[in-house]
Amino acid sequence: MATSSEVSAAEIRPASLWRLTWRRLLRQRSAQVGGLILLLLVLTAIFAPVIAPYDPLEVLIGKEDVRKREAPCIHLLGCPPDKPQHIMGIDGNFRDVFSRVIYGTRVSLFVGFTTVTFAIIAGTLLGAISGYAGGWVDNVIMRLMDVLMAFPSLLLAIAIVAVLGRGLQNALLAIAIVSTPVYARVVRASVLSLKEREFVQASRALGAGHAHILLRRILPNALPPLIVQATLGVATAILDAAALSFLGLGAQPPTPEWGTMLGTERNQVFTAPHLVFFPGLAIMITVLAFNLLGDGLRDALDPRLKQ
Amino acid sequence: MTQPLLDVRGLKTYFFTEDGVVKAVDGVDLQVYPGEILGLVGESGCGKSVTSFSILRLVDEPGRIVEGQVWFEGQNLLALDEAAMSHIRGNRISMIFQQPKSSLNPVFSIGDQIAEVFQVHQGMKKKAAWAKAVELLRLVGLPDPESKAHAYPHQLSGGQAQRVMIAMALALRPKLLIADEPTTALDVTIQAQIMDLILELRERFGTAVILISHDLGLIAEAADRVAVMYAGRIVEQAPVRELFARPQHPYTQGLIASVPVLGRRQERLNTIPGTVPNLVNLPPGCRFASRCQARVEQQLEVCTQTEPDLLPVAEHHLVRCWLYQPQPQATPAAEQTP
Repeated sequence: MATSSEVSAAEIRPASLWRLTWRRLLRQRSAQVGGLILLLLVLTAIFAPVIAPYDPLEVLIGKEDVRKREAPCIHLLGCPPDKPQHIMGIDGNFRDVFSRVIYGTRVSLFVGFTTVTFAIIAGTLLGAISGYAGGWVDNVIMRLMDVLMAFPSLLLAIAIVAVLGRGLQNALLAIAIVSTPVYARVVRASVLSLKEREFVQASRALGAGHAHILLRRILPNALPPLIVQATLGVATAILDAAALSFLGLGAQPPTPEWGTMLGTERNQVFTAPHLVFFPGLAIMITVLAFNLLGDGLRDALDPRLKQ
Repeated sequence: MTQPLLDVRGLKTYFFTEDGVVKAVDGVDLQVYPGEILGLVGESGCGKSVTSFSILRLVDEPGRIVEGQVWFEGQNLLALDEAAMSHIRGNRISMIFQQPKSSLNPVFSIGDQIAEVFQVHQGMKKKAAWAKAVELLRLVGLPDPESKAHAYPHQLSGGQAQRVMIAMALALRPKLLIADEPTTALDVTIQAQIMDLILELRERFGTAVILISHDLGLIAEAADRVAVMYAGRIVEQAPVRELFARPQHPYTQGLIASVPVLGRRQERLNTIPGTVPNLVNLPPGCRFASRCQARVEQQLEVCTQTEPDLLPVAEHHLVRCWLYQPQPQATPAAEQTP
């Protein structure tokens, strides 16, 4: 049996703020649902080759008995067993829609994470410098951000893609640039209030330099709102990327991207609704997952709920 | 006397606000000798804290140190560049604050925060610094320092947090510790413990302390010398016994009289009538003149016209008051010509 001192030492070892937040997060219903869906999406993206029955780019004409834009054929739901199963049907180029939707998860998650990562890094740097330095530096940076924010984000993204040329990479860059100001503002606001706090003053009194104070003392405290914003931002980024692709400015066919899939078959909404239904559903579920998780995170990180 | 460790000369720190220039510190001269505790007393807003921030050059906009010199170990701190100043802070001069809990960073464990002092100033490796941190926590009397080092500030009491702050401040054995109302936010029993700790560490490391407080009882007990501040200036300065036994400046007398004495029945507590003058529009003459009983009793005219100097009345006892100084020869011609 463990001695009492060992037990108490283990119990006393205190929980960090992050661990407390994690615990609170696990109690949130919306975060549970969002997190679970997200986990499934990530697994889907990783194991796409295992899950998808076909290559997403494989044209099936001549290989199987399929018709153009054929409706879903699911054996369990009464599709004759001698026909090959395509649970989301066949698209206009004789490809398996299910496989394409599965592979689309990779593209969308990649888009979401890379753009937000870029936007966070750029936004945090700009916002932190702006808030900490104040004065004309603050003015210049924030007015620039204001200009970016004054445009409807999708319109600006379209303009950027128009300048850089179409394609997924440029679309990513455009979305990243468009979403940077939000993070800059969030970080600046946090830094502005944090830099007046006593622990910052105390750090200075103990000889810490400006860079150290900003990066090691202030920014870690500014993370909670940033995390929430980032989670919600992934949803927006995925949606924007899908929109750009839908307009033909983002991922180019035959890339299995949900927005592109919607765009290429948009005229068949009435004749072959499954071609827009499934990619649309995939976008919705993904965005919903990030929004739910973001809401949960916001509640979990809310300082007013701390005890 | 020996060479002072810290010699503040003619320090002026003004705040340039929209309402005008607030002369928070307006010509302060101050010496701190090695190993002594200098008490700095005065009511709220008299410039005690601004003086201490100015010594470390931590005054923020819109405040600015406009004049003066701060000599410390042969250097004028006000003339140093920022990098050299960073080296002084925490290393040679440290500071602890009134609100210990909010002076600690909420997202780092206290062990991390103490260890960081070593990492920043001495480039020590994380593990060695952590060991040093635990050792310091033991030194300042925190129970069970090994596991407490993992604690976060919100898990500490105010007294424990102040011990941690003291540990951080004294980590590098600075020559001077500025303690800005270190016990004001703590309850009385904890106050005594923290003061004992500061006194003990002073003995041990020979650290000089500037103890800022408005608590005269605390000052009487802990300080070796006392400087009394009023409206941005030092009005009286004396060894602690001398000051409490023979306060000379009417303001000091008022301060001491306003401390309630246990066992003495009183209808009302003694106060000093009036308020501190507006630091934007200071009246000419002595800053205390408008509240000064002695001036009225003695019918001194000069008080409202010319400001007295800080001059000795006894050995080591300086007072800024016309009661103890020969009045300047009136030069009516000079004063009346516009």
